[in-house]
Amino acid sequence: MSLFSIFTFEFCLIKMGRKLLLEKAHIENIRFYDVYRREGGYRSVEKALKTMTPDAVTEEVKKSGLRGRGGAGFPTGMKWSFLAKPEGVPRYLVVNADESEPGTFKDRYLMEFIPHLLIEGMITSSYALGSNRSYIYIRGEYAWIVDILEQAIAEAKNNGWLGKNILGSGFDCEIYIQRGAGAYICGEETALLESLEGKRGNPRIKPPFPAVKGLWDCPTVVNNVETIAAVVPIVNEGGEEYAKIGIGKSTGTKLISACGNIKKQGVYEIDMTISVEEFIYSDEYCGGIANGRKLKACIPGGSSVPILPANLLLTTAKGEKRIMNYESLADGGFASGSMMGSGGFIVLDDSQCVVKHTYTLARFYRHESCGQCSPCREGTGWMEKILLNIEKGKGKMSDIDLLWDIQRKIEGNTICPLGDAAAWPVAAAIRHFRDEFEWHVTNPDDAQRRNFGLAHYADPIHAPVTS
Amino acid sequence: MSLRFSDEKLKEVQRIIEHYPQGKQKSAVIPVLHLAQEEFGGWLSTEAMDYVASVLSLKPIEVYEVATFYSMFNLKPVGKYMFEVCQTGPCMLNGSDDIVKYIDEKLGIKPGETTADGMFTLKTVECLGACGYAPMMQQGKYYKEQLTKEKIDAIIAECRNAVAAKN
Repeated sequence: MSLFSIFTFEFCLIKMGRKLLLEKAHIENIRFYDVYRREGGYRSVEKALKTMTPDAVTEEVKKSGLRGRGGAGFPTGMKWSFLAKPEGVPRYLVVNADESEPGTFKDRYLMEFIPHLLIEGMITSSYALGSNRSYIYIRGEYAWIVDILEQAIAEAKNNGWLGKNILGSGFDCEIYIQRGAGAYICGEETALLESLEGKRGNPRIKPPFPAVKGLWDCPTVVNNVETIAAVVPIVNEGGEEYAKIGIGKSTGTKLISACGNIKKQGVYEIDMTISVEEFIYSDEYCGGIANGRKLKACIPGGSSVPILPANLLLTTAKGEKRIMNYESLADGGFASGSMMGSGGFIVLDDSQCVVKHTYTLARFYRHESCGQCSPCREGTGWMEKILLNIEKGKGKMSDIDLLWDIQRKIEGNTICPLGDAAAWPVAAAIRHFRDEFEWHVTNPDDAQRRNFGLAHYADPIHAPVTS
Repeated sequence: MSLRFSDEKLKEVQRIIEHYPQGKQKSAVIPVLHLAQEEFGGWLSTEAMDYVASVLSLKPIEVYEVATFYSMFNLKPVGKYMFEVCQTGPCMLNGSDDIVKYIDEKLGIKPGETTADGMFTLKTVECLGACGYAPMMQQGKYYKEQLTKEKIDAIIAECRNAVAAKN
């Protein structure tokens, strides 16, 4: 190995472990203003307000390639550029902290440990968007985090980062926190806006999109907590620098909340270049499967995205190593791939039952359906009942086809994506684990005593021969 | 006796209303319902909801339709301490069923039930965003995470001691 290659090798190692959001999350008292500021906090506000126009900030976000971190992965800069700017009409930035997708607990981590990063990102983003009154809509159950954020806002205000004429720039900004009260659907941006207006969280029909008609009918941008936090390093280092991290259209870093049957559950910041296998088995991340068991299945991006058996999780259908980024996780489409989603990484070991797990998710979606659209309101309840029957050994073979039929009729037939989110986990479970479902039907007594086990779900993939 | 916020709480309501532009105080309904639930015994009676409507100059139906939509609002009386155990996927993978069963064994209540002395209510809930710290439950404002039987015992004892200390 030449000196040069050693150098590049080491450089790669440093680059691979790159952290932008959580790098300083472990510094003692970083939760408080003085330490956060001492560590370089609020530089992005200074840079933006003193040296950049609002449009220039948006331009950096566009260049960065940042994609919405809430689950949909829509380019943030593009979303910002859609914001209508009619004269004399207020515009709003609303941060979506309604984190409720099973498997996802990353925003909570960020808000609890380094709340000023969100506040800083909000001020810089509010400047870019022209929002003088910005809101954080946080799920009601995160009640103690409201106190943490309130304190951070008060500290920021006392130090001149909020209020009137910030840094003499002429820009005014206030940040308010709105607590929800228990409703997954309020993570959908139009349901969130309805809730913020003091109504039931029923999603709106789009168009009009919030960028044109959002909060109180005014132009509004709704962004996830992690997305807004990422604006800080983007403005500090420049969009182009940010875009150098990662691969292709998966730029920057992503927070992954890993849970289920792994040794080290928690929130990890990755730069979207590592393989799924490394993420699960390396000690830097999940540390392998807990209790000496084997990997059976995984939902890599929050409960709504397709579950994959171990073999298709670690390698694509083409036999390539799967990487922890938007493109690779989706490789193969729904036939053999999944999605990055919200980064809620749920691991199932070989002692787990895919039917039962899918049942709990179906129950979740039934509970969370707002009830506006019949396919979702009725269909989620039917799926829950059928799955419980199969799980309890009371299912029929035809139930599996019925489940498939119901999920097909929900998908794409509802106002908001909750319908799809409820349909996909059921579809993927049947697609990849059909024999586990059938085993429950043909061995009802056995299914009450033991689980189906690993079966062939980790067998090596043989790339299909194409003629 | 009719329900009423203290002057201090009414000031808090005023502060909440100031979060919104003029005339948009309907937005305050969820925060004020939280306040009402805390103040008026842990649940929202029709009287409490009517009072919230009057405070915010809303029609009662505008408050009812919101209170009935969100799962954190209790429309029936609950125990002094509510154990809300998460049972969704990731918590299930880490043994939430056993936690629910153990609380039932200890307190003799199934999900949705309250102990005869009005101390404890057991409720199963859907994902609370603590998947990496499963199994877990919400108890009041805080999360109790990585639950074990021993931790449940300690939490129950703590609640009983707190009440005994007050009496």
